[in-house]
Amino acid sequence: MPLSFYSSKLADAVNWARKYSLFQYPFVTACCGMEFMALWAPKYDVARFGAEFPRFSPRQSDLLIVVGTVTEKQGPVLRRIYDQMCEPKWVIAFGVCASTGGFYQNYSTMPGADQVIPVDVYVPGCPPRPEQALDALILLQERIQRGEGHSQVVLKQEKGFDVPLATIRPTAKAGG
Amino acid sequence: MATTDTLRRKVVFGETDLSDLDDVDLPAESMPLQMGPSHPAMHGTVRITLEVEGEKIKTSDIQIGYLHRCFEKEAEAATWTQIFPYTDRLNYVSPMLNNVGYAMAVEKLLDITGKIPERAQYIRVIVGEVSRITDHLTCIAASAMELGAFTVFFYLIKTREWLWELLEEVSGARLTHSYVRIGGVVADLPMGWSEKLLDVLGKVRTALSDADQMLTRNKIFRDRMDGVGVISKSDAAGWGLTGPVARSTGLAYDVRKDHPYLVYDRFDFDVPVGSTGDNFDRYACRLEEIYQSMRILEQALSGIPQGRIIIDDPRLALPAKRETYNTIEAMIAHFKLIMDGLHVPAGEVYSFTEGGNGELGFYLVSRGEGRPWKCRVRPPCFANLAVLTKVLPGLFIADVVPTFGMINMIGGECDR
Amino acid sequence: MATIVLDKLLERFTAAEVIETGSQHGDEWARVAPEAWLSIAEFLRDDPQLQMTMFIDLTCVDRIPDQPRFDVVLHLYSIEHKHRVRLLAGLPEADPVIDSLVSLWPGANWFEREAFDLYGVRFEGHPDLRRILLYPEFQGYPLRKDYPKEKRQPLLRRLPGSV
Repeated sequence: MPLSFYSSKLADAVNWARKYSLFQYPFVTACCGMEFMALWAPKYDVARFGAEFPRFSPRQSDLLIVVGTVTEKQGPVLRRIYDQMCEPKWVIAFGVCASTGGFYQNYSTMPGADQVIPVDVYVPGCPPRPEQALDALILLQERIQRGEGHSQVVLKQEKGFDVPLATIRPTAKAGG
Repeated sequence: MATTDTLRRKVVFGETDLSDLDDVDLPAESMPLQMGPSHPAMHGTVRITLEVEGEKIKTSDIQIGYLHRCFEKEAEAATWTQIFPYTDRLNYVSPMLNNVGYAMAVEKLLDITGKIPERAQYIRVIVGEVSRITDHLTCIAASAMELGAFTVFFYLIKTREWLWELLEEVSGARLTHSYVRIGGVVADLPMGWSEKLLDVLGKVRTALSDADQMLTRNKIFRDRMDGVGVISKSDAAGWGLTGPVARSTGLAYDVRKDHPYLVYDRFDFDVPVGSTGDNFDRYACRLEEIYQSMRILEQALSGIPQGRIIIDDPRLALPAKRETYNTIEAMIAHFKLIMDGLHVPAGEVYSFTEGGNGELGFYLVSRGEGRPWKCRVRPPCFANLAVLTKVLPGLFIADVVPTFGMINMIGGECDR
Repeated sequence: MATIVLDKLLERFTAAEVIETGSQHGDEWARVAPEAWLSIAEFLRDDPQLQMTMFIDLTCVDRIPDQPRFDVVLHLYSIEHKHRVRLLAGLPEADPVIDSLVSLWPGANWFEREAFDLYGVRFEGHPDLRRILLYPEFQGYPLRKDYPKEKRQPLLRRLPGSV
């Protein structure tokens, strides 16, 4: 048996373990958070998919779920949390505000979380039904199983650059 | 002379007699701590920058605005009816109440408040009270979860699911309904809905009594909530507090009782008023308000009349689909209403209703067009959260969690 | 609606201070001079027949092209007597400054910060006037009519390839 057989089986096993033990970081901002709470609830139980317990620390989680609208003020916070997570990490943009900005086109809303972090799965809906969110989770799990790479790796391979750490403009002191 | 160095040396070398050093002060400095915008207990993304000394908070700075989605600017660019989806996302745990509040403001500006069909008014009261129940359920569930009572969270969210299913039957969406229109509501209650609602209310009572048994006499819950985060009655008016937060301090102000609107004056219900203004009183006020809302619902469901569900005026309400497709007048009316928006005469109005958190006010300025010149929301939880700048100093860090939870700050409403 | 509030205002203050009063759609309103803002508000709060102790709302309206351009709007309520009033004060475009009401109602603090944040109206005597809903690096006052709705000021450099 060639070595690649064993290493690919090992990779499959590792991916299987990864996909069924996702530790989520729910970055909840807005109304989608209510549907997200409904995901945990007994009716649309997300625990069946192994992604049950939220770890409210980016150091301990591997799935960042951006739930709700991301504003410009929130951008550096989101970026910093993404950077604090360890590889491999995946991102789900939950809701149409996190995907593309929703129906908010104004001076304060960022048109989607993918402006500042790479996103793996987008879930449209305002708010999405819990079934859509579970579908997204299953899609992500299939992606993990195929080893298609998590966001950082994808960006490096496909687009050929390293995503740099966040650069925040120097803070002006007080006033407006 | 005794100094801190002497004290340190004595402590390090295990000296037990330290009485000669009683007047020495150990140097101490306060530590800045951030309960940042992404925090499990800061539901609604708020950043509270604390300066703590040990566990006690010295100063606090509450920074909001992480969910500023520019409701007013978007409203200035949308027609009067297109604003309804934006109002849904204000207080997103009780969206029907926001819809009703905004519709009533525009109707006040149009002077048609008395011409809304009675069935529409009853339906608005019914769906509004169901939304109020979901608001209080979510608040209690989330706060209990943050204190560790996970089971209560599951029971109450399961209950909320049943109510959402009913609202989905009525409006088509579980959470952001956009059900109310200017002049009435968009669709009638489905057949058999009233019976289903009464059935669900029975299940809500069971779940509430379970949650009550688990929390109200629970020593851990009481220790964390009693006497914590006290707001005095004299503060309530000066800070503009309304809703369960104000009523828990003893200020008996409820818009439904003091300035009845829609058909609230026909119903018999009580308004729970607290006495100490601590976290437990806020929790108890909310719990009791759910029971009172259920009373209103039972009375409304038994008394609802038949009739139209939207005002019969082609300048304000879309004509029925059958006519739109078959008569030219209705098609033109439909076209004008959609493209230009309904024309509201120039003027200003401030209209207020009882939202989930308190007095939800809409201040509208119209210049006679199909789009508002200004559409301001007076958010109840903006004022309710502001009082925490006075309440938090002196509390412990762990007290911030239940206090903030019981204020029920909803990011969409506070930041708009 | 009770007109006692407007009657007492007209009787207590001069015509230069209370410029115009009216009643529209059931709301009582009074347009006042910005110089008399604090004294009128204090009278409304302290007079025993009015007792407007509850602070409801403070906001600003951009009346362009009418002059004065900005109108600061205050809503007050009396819990004992159950009457309401709206006060409006016109401020010029060049330097919109008005007295702060924080000394009378502590709740006015955040509402005035918001009016400053979104309209640029400054409040004299406010203990901590800084932006509340937007971030400090934001330039301009977005709810003014001349600020385009979609003009973004990103705080963070965008990922290459994003819109």
